[in-house]
Amino acid sequence: MGHPRTDYLPTQLDVLEAESIHIMREVAAEFERPVLLFSGGKDSIVMLALAERAFWPARIPFPVMHVDTGHNFPEVLEFRDRRVAELGVRLVVASVQESIDAGRVAEETGRWASRNRLQTVSLLDAISDHRFDAVFGGARRDEEKARAKERVFSFRDEFGQWDPKNQRPELWNIYNTRIKMGEHIRVFPLSNWTELDVWQYIAREELEIPSIYFAHPRSVFERDGMLLADNPFIPRAEDEPVFEATVRYRTVGDMTCTGAVESAAATIKAVITEIAATRITERGQTRADDRTSEAAMEDRKKEGYF
Amino acid sequence: MVGAPQDIPVTSPWPRDRHTGILRLATAGSVDDGKSTLIGRLLYDSKAIFEDQLSAVERTSRARGEDYTNLALLTDGLRAEREQGITIDVAYRYFATPRRKFIIADTPGHIQYTRNMVTGASTADLAIILVDARNGLTEQSRRHAFLATLLRVPHLVLAVNKMDLVGYDQAVFEEIAAEFTAFAAKLDIGDLAFVPISALHGDNVVQRSENMAWHDGPALLSHLEHVHIASDRNLIDVRFPVQYVIRPHQATDPELHDYRGYAGQVAGGILKPGDEVMHLPSGMTTKISHIDTARGAVDEAFPPMSVTLVLEDDLDVSRGDLICRPHNQPMVTQDVEAMVCWMSDAVALTPRGRIIVKQTTRTVKALVRDLHYRLNVNTLHREEDIDRLGLNEIGRVTLRLTQPLFCDPYSRNRQTGGLILIDEASGATVGAAMITEKH
Repeated sequence: MGHPRTDYLPTQLDVLEAESIHIMREVAAEFERPVLLFSGGKDSIVMLALAERAFWPARIPFPVMHVDTGHNFPEVLEFRDRRVAELGVRLVVASVQESIDAGRVAEETGRWASRNRLQTVSLLDAISDHRFDAVFGGARRDEEKARAKERVFSFRDEFGQWDPKNQRPELWNIYNTRIKMGEHIRVFPLSNWTELDVWQYIAREELEIPSIYFAHPRSVFERDGMLLADNPFIPRAEDEPVFEATVRYRTVGDMTCTGAVESAAATIKAVITEIAATRITERGQTRADDRTSEAAMEDRKKEGYF
Repeated sequence: MVGAPQDIPVTSPWPRDRHTGILRLATAGSVDDGKSTLIGRLLYDSKAIFEDQLSAVERTSRARGEDYTNLALLTDGLRAEREQGITIDVAYRYFATPRRKFIIADTPGHIQYTRNMVTGASTADLAIILVDARNGLTEQSRRHAFLATLLRVPHLVLAVNKMDLVGYDQAVFEEIAAEFTAFAAKLDIGDLAFVPISALHGDNVVQRSENMAWHDGPALLSHLEHVHIASDRNLIDVRFPVQYVIRPHQATDPELHDYRGYAGQVAGGILKPGDEVMHLPSGMTTKISHIDTARGAVDEAFPPMSVTLVLEDDLDVSRGDLICRPHNQPMVTQDVEAMVCWMSDAVALTPRGRIIVKQTTRTVKALVRDLHYRLNVNTLHREEDIDRLGLNEIGRVTLRLTQPLFCDPYSRNRQTGGLILIDEASGATVGAAMITEKH
């Protein structure tokens, strides 16, 4: 007998990939109308790549949905449309502007006015209009402390609400998919991935990501320690001068609440080196929506946010 | 203030390919045992805690009038938990060292302990049981050890915490270790290690403690990094539950028109192209033509890989079926003996009660034919002649299924031997069950 060729221990990315693919196939097998939320951000890019791998050589057997605040980075929308066309999947757009026009929600006002929170209504309306019964989201448990407590298969009642105190126990890799009419399940295939895992997977798989994740010159202004892109959707105060900076984005959300970081990292390798060394969380550094209170994410999640 | 994190290398952005696997661990113990402090310490010292998280904790600590930064606050998640100082549910934490990525299932010690601990332990490679050096073993530590062995967590660590409060006294540690060893003899524990620590001061957590030079074992983190988990999976018995049938139907590509692949996650054994395999329930045999992944065909598949099998013959295979080797088949049975942990306060498990069972990719209806006994998790005594199993209770049942399961004893394979129990009316997950050997 020679030495065994391998100890049959896959790498962490292999384990995470296998787990996510198992989750996606479970959904495709047990639900009638799944949909995958795709924003063009790095997490949903990885999620879409995993879906492509899970069903290869067949096409992804469900549509993707983008909740469009109307305040998106144009680079990201362009990327979204190209990627959807490549994969031959159907794109559903849930428009916050339409929710506003229909009187379903009212535009926020004030300095931190954002359509971020309004997305929840557009999302829940779209889920109910299309009768989606399973909704894939790219949320990770390492992102935020309320998310650390969420199940991979997260049950939502007919109002789309999350009840953190009444979650289904989740054992082994066996997922309970039973729901009644009008209820749905949010499914988080990236639950066990960290920010660094996502970046390392993007690098290993050579996934394309929108250009704004890499260092580029941009007109920005500073607010509460964050660099925000100068854009028509945020009213700027007089003491908030615009200046040119070389920045990249660490998360990609709505232009009104996503900040950039100063960086010269122009390649995926340089970005990963910076991420590995950073001492601030991605949400703490670049998301105004999580700065409003200790429980900002928990409150939004209970209402039905991603 | 806590001092600077102890100096362990920051996670390399370039994991050495073969060596960074994942270790899943469950922690058991109450807030009083210093569990949250230990987890906070591991996260902090491995630099998984970021400055904005730490400064939020420092603010809260100051506001509460605490004279040191309470690392336990790092793991409080929900508003109610912070307000009431309790942990409600299983929380998952992540940190990494250059050797391994760690996933901690952090389960509360007291409230709903059984349900949550069973949940956390179901996927764990290793469980840390914390005891307070001043109190020694408690009923709760014995209970936690029992639950970890019930769920077949392969590795157990008894961490004797708060050694600083007993003057780092070796005799205190040795006495607790001896007492636990005696108790452990009654349980089926694969691998057991003992570490004396002070989570608050960091002794023997990341680095070996100078205060306890008498301890000849490694610090806790070093043990977690090196514990051998490669042999914990069953690489002998081939078990491939069919999860999803992939049929491209793409008229544009005639080569794919007849493609029929069986997708699933390997639950046991090693599969190779050319292997003779048997399909259950039909009992028909065929060979593996090839094993596909989106990255291309592979020459072998083993747990926990998600792959797609293409078979040489055209069999009628669908979700819920199982592929195994002809001379190594699982149990095929409609009568299942199992240990159940009941997790619902809304309904009880009762003899003659109906339930839905999900095992691997198979969902079947079942009847509780017999409820043999309830196990007292504190004394390990069997309480017979009972008529129900309530929340957080553990008992032995016989289930009669409407369709056979393809299963193994849980002790042989955690993937094919574990079941979840679902209430028909509410759809809630109301229990977990581990299949036992037939008697």
